[in-house]
Amino acid sequence: MINLPLLPILIPLLTAVILMFFPKRIAAQRLISIVATIGTIIASAVLVATVKQNGIQTLNLGSWPAPYGIPLVSDMLSALLVLTTSIIVLFVVWYSIFYMGKEHESFFYYIGIQFLMVGINGAFTTGDIFNMFVFFEVFLIASYLLIVLGGKKAQLRESIKYVLINVISSALFVSAVAYLYAVVGTLNMADVSQRIAEINQPGIVTVIAILFLLVFGLKGAIFPLYFWLPSSYHAPPIPVLALFGALLTKVGVYAIMRTYTLFFYHETGYTHVILGVLALLTIIVGCIGAIAYRDVKMIIIYNIMIAVGVILYGVAVMTPDGLEGAVFYLLNDMVIKAALFMLIGIMMAIVGSSHLKDMGGLIKQYPWVGWTYFVAALSLAGIPPLSGFVGKLLIIRGGFTAGDFVGPLLILVSSLVVLYSAMKIFINGFWGTPKEYHGAKKHLAFRLWIPAAALMVLAVAYGVGAEAVRPFITQAVEPLVNPAIYIEAVLKE
Amino acid sequence: MKKPNDLILKTVTKVISFIIILFSLHLFFAGHYEPGGGFIGGLMTAAALVLLLLAYDMKTVNTILPFNYKIMTALGLLIAVLTSAGALLFNVPFLTHAYDYFELPLLGETSLHTAVLFDIGVYLVVIGITMTIIQTIGESE
Repeated sequence: MINLPLLPILIPLLTAVILMFFPKRIAAQRLISIVATIGTIIASAVLVATVKQNGIQTLNLGSWPAPYGIPLVSDMLSALLVLTTSIIVLFVVWYSIFYMGKEHESFFYYIGIQFLMVGINGAFTTGDIFNMFVFFEVFLIASYLLIVLGGKKAQLRESIKYVLINVISSALFVSAVAYLYAVVGTLNMADVSQRIAEINQPGIVTVIAILFLLVFGLKGAIFPLYFWLPSSYHAPPIPVLALFGALLTKVGVYAIMRTYTLFFYHETGYTHVILGVLALLTIIVGCIGAIAYRDVKMIIIYNIMIAVGVILYGVAVMTPDGLEGAVFYLLNDMVIKAALFMLIGIMMAIVGSSHLKDMGGLIKQYPWVGWTYFVAALSLAGIPPLSGFVGKLLIIRGGFTAGDFVGPLLILVSSLVVLYSAMKIFINGFWGTPKEYHGAKKHLAFRLWIPAAALMVLAVAYGVGAEAVRPFITQAVEPLVNPAIYIEAVLKE
Repeated sequence: MKKPNDLILKTVTKVISFIIILFSLHLFFAGHYEPGGGFIGGLMTAAALVLLLLAYDMKTVNTILPFNYKIMTALGLLIAVLTSAGALLFNVPFLTHAYDYFELPLLGETSLHTAVLFDIGVYLVVIGITMTIIQTIGESE
């Protein structure tokens, strides 16, 4: 089956198209979404196994040979990200079935989610820089639908900001690709890398590298391009927020990871130092936000920024340890952010508000939610047996190996802040005297908890079974450390 | 308010919209060898429909052409995806197209290409989306 790398893109695409024929039949929408997403997970798991066994899988779409057509390239990194994305989408769809009302579900909600998955899986898999832009647009347009669906006042206001920012950054993306094309004359990522190596990264390519950092930084919310994120992510309903927080910014992070290890690795003294400094500033801003707010959504939203900073710092140091840690932490963070948003969604469903002052004593009546959240908070901060630990450890070790002391120490301090902010929710929300709650979806708490807890079980397994996951991660890092592997797999004669 | 008598507009529309549709079909089928293709063909067909909407009202046009444009969009997407995915049956990469020459009555020797099927998908999507946008905006108060 040579089309294997395509299946995680094709299955959701076909599903979305089929679902478009009967948007009002909610039961069918739910069932087909769930079944198709499970199919996507199976396909991506098979893909991971194949990549593990046979190395990087490439598929030249339309049978056009490598530098001329569009290749899909599944190395271990993209295969793992595709698998993680599909898993998260499954749990969020499951959660949405209970959380979302009829007015959402009958207006293309599940179709939007499937298209979102098409775009994200495509952006992770493509081997062509312009095709990556197209897949970015696919998931962005789906996300415009999801952010505005419901039509509340805040959603309308924030979606205008969100669309505006993303239209501008997409235009910048096209200009950056145009500049790159003018310099190297190709769009195939492996070919671009080879040609940049041939001309030995002149100044103009470094400028393009910074332009790419601007573009992907806007998508991935790094300092100082994060300003749109907190308010935009505050607007949509929780399942949508879980998808956005877990997946969208991570595509930007992946794109930075890919371009900075495949294209612009010759002049690391300039570009990667800037990336590192911006990553650390992102962590600081994220920490300030996470401490400052007493709104549970906002606290977790600022934690997204901290994680983006930590991962990008791992990329910026460019040591094998740092990169491995970045991949480890990236996968962990996608899962844990989705689980956290789902859990605070349950708290908000019970309380009917997202502010900590309205909460308290939840653990009396909802101990299962409380303890699941507790484990999630610990793995977010990176307490040893849990999943956040190995990634951060490797990133910090990578930083020290590169001779940097400020970065690793800052990451250590930021972990404390993460723990503090997450525990602030636990202490104020779950401990204390119970109050009377009148949340409209209070009775659904248990049904909402099952998918969230199931996702947490996966996250814990990922942390405890780090030894079993390690070979996959090591293989994912190989093409990042040595781009020749990637180039050879794509441009094989 | 007295309804204005736009006899001239309506009569002209009856003639012109057919010419526009024919031209759009020409553009659509010329796409492989000359400028044109699914996108511009679909847009031109939608333009003919918009002209009908301008001359008559939305209800009349819906009675003459009872299409559900959302379904049309979905159908177009389905055709495009299935045409591309047809390659999977032959175990060649996605989007691989095939063509051959056929002896057709009236037209003589003609090359038929599966890319035309893909283009029909694009054509339908473009008409469907354009008309959905215009109808939705037109109907909302």
